[in-house]
Amino acid sequence: MSTASATEHGDNYINHSKGIMSWLGTLDHKRIGMMYLFTILVFFLLGGIFALGIRLELFSPGMQYMTPDTYNRFFTYHGAIMVFMVIIPLIPAAMGNFILPIQLGAKDVAFPRWNLVSYYVYLSGALLAGSTLFLKGVDTGWTFYAPYSIRSGSSATLVLLGAFIMGFSSILTGLNFIVTIHKLRAPGLTWGRLPLFVWALYATSIIQVLATPVLAITLLLLVLERTLGIGVFDPKLGGDPVLFQHFFWFYSHPAVYIMVLPGMGVISELVPVFSRKPIFGYKAIAAATFGIALVSFIVWGHHMFVSGQSEFANFVFSLITMFVAIPTGVKVFSWLGTMYKGSLRMDVPMLYVFGFLFVFTIGGLTGVFLAVVSVDVHLTDTYFVIAHFHYVMVGGTLIAFLGGLHYWFPKFTGKMYHDGPAKLAAWLIMIGFNVTFFPQFIVGTLGMPRRYADYLPQFTDLNQISTFGSWMLGVGFVIVAFNMYRSLKTGAIAGDNPWGGLTLEWQTASPPPFENFLHDPVVTEGPYEYKGDKVHLGSNA
Amino acid sequence: MTRLLSMAILLGFASINAHAATLPVAATDVADSWDSIYWFLVWTSVVFFVGIVAAMIIFVVKYRKEVHKKSKYIEGHTGLEIIWTVIPSILLFVMFGWGWVVYKDMIKAPSDAMEVHVIGKQWLWQFMYKNGTSSIGDLYVPVNKPVKLVMSSEDVLHSFFVPNFRVKSDVVPGMYTYVWFEAKVPGIHQIFCTEYCGTSHSGMLGRVIALKDDQWKEWLSGKKIDIDSLPADPSFPGFRANALGEGLPTAQASGSKGGQLSLAEKGKALTTAKGCVACHSSDGTKLVGPSYKGIFDTDVKLADGKTVKIDENYIRESIENPTAKVVEGYPPSMPPYKGLLTEEEIMAITEYIKSLK
Repeated sequence: MSTASATEHGDNYINHSKGIMSWLGTLDHKRIGMMYLFTILVFFLLGGIFALGIRLELFSPGMQYMTPDTYNRFFTYHGAIMVFMVIIPLIPAAMGNFILPIQLGAKDVAFPRWNLVSYYVYLSGALLAGSTLFLKGVDTGWTFYAPYSIRSGSSATLVLLGAFIMGFSSILTGLNFIVTIHKLRAPGLTWGRLPLFVWALYATSIIQVLATPVLAITLLLLVLERTLGIGVFDPKLGGDPVLFQHFFWFYSHPAVYIMVLPGMGVISELVPVFSRKPIFGYKAIAAATFGIALVSFIVWGHHMFVSGQSEFANFVFSLITMFVAIPTGVKVFSWLGTMYKGSLRMDVPMLYVFGFLFVFTIGGLTGVFLAVVSVDVHLTDTYFVIAHFHYVMVGGTLIAFLGGLHYWFPKFTGKMYHDGPAKLAAWLIMIGFNVTFFPQFIVGTLGMPRRYADYLPQFTDLNQISTFGSWMLGVGFVIVAFNMYRSLKTGAIAGDNPWGGLTLEWQTASPPPFENFLHDPVVTEGPYEYKGDKVHLGSNA
Repeated sequence: MTRLLSMAILLGFASINAHAATLPVAATDVADSWDSIYWFLVWTSVVFFVGIVAAMIIFVVKYRKEVHKKSKYIEGHTGLEIIWTVIPSILLFVMFGWGWVVYKDMIKAPSDAMEVHVIGKQWLWQFMYKNGTSSIGDLYVPVNKPVKLVMSSEDVLHSFFVPNFRVKSDVVPGMYTYVWFEAKVPGIHQIFCTEYCGTSHSGMLGRVIALKDDQWKEWLSGKKIDIDSLPADPSFPGFRANALGEGLPTAQASGSKGGQLSLAEKGKALTTAKGCVACHSSDGTKLVGPSYKGIFDTDVKLADGKTVKIDENYIRESIENPTAKVVEGYPPSMPPYKGLLTEEEIMAITEYIKSLK
């Protein structure tokens, strides 16, 4: 087999060239993916510290550790960092960059130089926004609602410019992926044989390319209004603050699917591999992915049911939003259908799959509450919304990411992670997550508004449970990070295909050689053709 | 075994349901109908969630590789896929329709509703009543009588939220938004600001003080009400203040003293003081501009051929930016008053125009 010779060959993307400059100037999609991964995880740590700060202050009513102004900066940085610097690029830019070209049987992405440019564009935007930490900070909330964001005396302008710049990185990556998927598929890799991770990244890329420019223009208008006093959103200058919300959500709602579709793509990879069965309803899942992407463009107004927009708009947006739930449900049922009569391997990535299904189902169902216009009126802008989108973003994207990270760790590094700590962390994260966020559904329904530095004494118990949960969650993440670091040093040699996967990344060496394959791969069947006789192929168990 | 487990989970949820602590008190009829659809959503979700989790548990028990060595080759099942598309679709449309029906009740104020003007500003709520009384932090209303709030903001976005009434609306500078309710529980009902508005956002609280008819009349006539003697908010017992922390104004029910002007009278005085009466009559006479008399809530034809309904938002726009929508047959000669009038003054003038039936 060509795979064995690749390993014996000894050349891989890590040892192919040496020195720090060979990384910083690399055009290799795998190295760029790893650079993204590392950078994003640094920002994830930062955003996580802000989250722990928020939960610590909310441990009891009254102000304990910070002033309200500091608290307002904490939740703004937590939101802005996690959304713009972590969740949006996490799976596409880090994992997608590494895995997508290999799954296609390509040597690299279509435009390797643009790929590197997009990394540095992301980095400079993120650093520019992050520099405000050492200036006056930013207190507008990650949504930058006008006119507060125009009048705020903080360093909001730099954060807006940072997010504006990071948008170009997102557009470039999206464009690169679209062209790569169209042009660089291996012989025999027809559209009907594409792994579902590729389909998910394809849909995501389309949203990135089409929606991000709207955010860019909106943020730029806000910057112009702050610096030159051009009245677009501030009623004092003749502007319309509701218009800002329309512009903002026209991007930011599709952005929710930029965040969650790749996570769904990862789950679609993991379920068949660890069930040893073809994915249930391949076409339905691919179609549902595009269904969600399409509908995502015409539901932005459901963020604005109490904003003062017209009754008619509320009717239409509530109705269309219902259509999001249908393809989402189709996916969940299809993943379950894949497990039915499978031969399930309960390895760590599969644990995260179960965690994902548990948490994401709650996230999806509570989304229906917020889609029903009258129910939303009471729940919007309370902790119910906070809980809902953490169940979708963390439960959906982050848990899927962790599943993918353990799944592809052997491919990224050639080493296997240590199983014990990985399992412990998976359980801690799952339990910690639910302890943190489930009480927030209740406290929100009771009426506790979001973005409150201080709260009524009645909400204390539920907030304290939530804070305890955040500590469990934090410990879980620390264990994952430490385990990954230790496994890099002391992990067992993983082998090329520890999970017995059938997609192309498992048909090359771990870690892959410089241009991914020693011999150009030819694809002869679909990505999940787990026939009975293939059950034990390459299994590490 | 798995059946037992799923029943246990179901019972767990049932006990939460029975425990009233998951919802604020429902103090209006709208809140009651909100609760009905809310529980319908909760129970439907519980059924789906328990089903999905039960399936996962059963699959792990029955199909893990130790007991189920060989997987069965299945690529899909069209029938099942149709079922799990169609059934959720039907349920979702029921939810949408029911939600819409409740929403209609939520936003359509009865025509006899008592109007109170609300101004949100960093970081307090100001309430202005027809008779010229105003209060800060505390909104005094009679029970069992519909109340409609006409709201605007003096600075940034705010949002007016009363959990016990299940109503909420953003309060937006430069335009009017509305909320209505009919409190059926006398006493205190908590008000929150739910749109982030800066430093003391979480201190921007308030109370609806729902008074029985006789007490309400006493308050209107200027008598001070001892709020501590009223029943506490049933959803937040033990919390009686209208602000968190310190440094924020306390409730002051400045009852109307002898000779105090009503809101409409203040508006009338303003139209003289600001020079409006030079071009606008109050008796139907056509001057340079249209008369104020009897125009509110009517449709009027504009110079560009469109028709517009004269409501609070149209009057505000015509004061601040008069050339935006000029009535047909009149010159676009009025100067913009943007920035020259306070939020209170615009509300008073609007109230005056509304009073000229």
